[in-house]
Amino acid sequence: MKTDSLLEKIFASGQLALTSECGPPRGAAPDKVREKAELLRGCVDGVNVTDNQTAMVRMSSLAACIILKQMGLNPILQMVTRDRNRLALQSDVIGAYSHGIDTMICLSGDHPHFGDHPMAANVHDLDSVQFVNMVKNMRDDGKFQGGADIDTPPKMFIGAAANPFADPFELRVSRLAKKAKAGADFIQTQCIYNVDKFEKWMEGVRDRGLDKEIYIMAGITPMKSAGMAKYMKNKVPGMDVPDEMVKRMSGVPKEKQAEEGIKICLETMERLKGVKGVAGFHLMAIEWEHRVKEIVERAGLLPRPQF
Amino acid sequence: MITAERKPMEEILEYVRPCQRILLVGCNECVTVCAAGGRKEVGLLSSALQMAAMKEGRTLEVKEITLERQCDPEYVEELASQVGDAEAIVSMACGCGVQELARRYKSMRVYPAVNTKFMGASERQGVWAERCQGCGDCLLGITGGVCPIARCSKQLMNGPCGGSTKGKCEISQDVDCAWQLIWDRLKALGVEDRYEENIPAKDWRTGRGGGPRKIIREDLAQ
Repeated sequence: MKTDSLLEKIFASGQLALTSECGPPRGAAPDKVREKAELLRGCVDGVNVTDNQTAMVRMSSLAACIILKQMGLNPILQMVTRDRNRLALQSDVIGAYSHGIDTMICLSGDHPHFGDHPMAANVHDLDSVQFVNMVKNMRDDGKFQGGADIDTPPKMFIGAAANPFADPFELRVSRLAKKAKAGADFIQTQCIYNVDKFEKWMEGVRDRGLDKEIYIMAGITPMKSAGMAKYMKNKVPGMDVPDEMVKRMSGVPKEKQAEEGIKICLETMERLKGVKGVAGFHLMAIEWEHRVKEIVERAGLLPRPQF
Repeated sequence: MITAERKPMEEILEYVRPCQRILLVGCNECVTVCAAGGRKEVGLLSSALQMAAMKEGRTLEVKEITLERQCDPEYVEELASQVGDAEAIVSMACGCGVQELARRYKSMRVYPAVNTKFMGASERQGVWAERCQGCGDCLLGITGGVCPIARCSKQLMNGPCGGSTKGKCEISQDVDCAWQLIWDRLKALGVEDRYEENIPAKDWRTGRGGGPRKIIREDLAQ
């Protein structure tokens, strides 16, 4: 084992790992974090805490992770290179690990263009691949990026993201290979609606043996309504929602659309369980944390393994 | 070239409102090519400023001069005999030219009439686009001649983010995805393997990270 991460233990045991998400509030409201996170207790093995997602200012990911940790939950620190240079990233990694946070996700982050501070400067001192590599070297070599020794290196289990649906499709397997080479231990993918395309990507992943090098968690987001399906299809960059899915959601009365969304989500998970190389699920129930338990239960993934 | 765009008229007027005589100085280099501050634009701005002043019931005398290069002390020296009784110099050159005038003519107020934008190339008539950020350590040899630092919105050095769609950047349909362009070039050259080389964290000391930069060529410096 490289780390003490619960996620690593579950992957190593060969059982499907399960993570979900908690977006921190836009204010100094720790109770809101607790409220959301409490809904996920016992349902998942780790909770991603997002870092100024969609480029909107929120409670810092690290602070919210500490709240989760104090609740006895298992937070996963998301960090983006958009807002911090390598000095700030490394100090936060050490800080997080000092609070017992041992699992993280290295991302580049949404462009400020999408948020409420489009006038902000982009940092991007590092990209996500370089960020992964920096955290790996901190852990394995005990070195800061600048070369100096770290007194008590942080042993982070390192995650990254992959979007099999973005263009150009033909280099998406190579992009994963670069993240694996940089030192990522696991991957959470973009939300999967086009399962055929995901399977094609996984085929490429297996052909190169990458599924043996890196644990791949399939990204799942249940649709709450036909409106959400249309929005995801048309407005979210890099999202691939097939027409038939929008049609299926639109085909049921409004009050039954949420249930239909969950049904689709469960069917997708069932099919993905059969895809070789899928090591778990990342359930992004956006502002729908109270439905996670039900989804996980109906997917036959409860109780969660204990270590 | 260094590209620029003329500032809004009101901003320039604000600068020159207290003046009766100004020197309006263009530059024959980049700003001429990008039609922002060459001889022609100097003439146009001169007329516009005088008309605006007249409308406000003032007179404004504008002496127009376009130097060969405003970023070069040798040419900037030519202004010495022209400054005369002007109360301000308005420069239509890039920020380098404006600063060179301010350095040489210390007692003069020097105002910029253009916003300096970026180092770019002409895409077609009337359209210029950013190509280089002067990072001081050129990557173009390994990225197929397309710069990810200047042309990727997140300056990603190891491939496209998850927002690349049909060759376009997630921030706008008007922005090409730099990594799509890089990938297309690597394929055309038959060197797709090059994509898989992880580009390490960049040393920004060669860029702005190291503070204001200077080149000293010992063989040329006196």
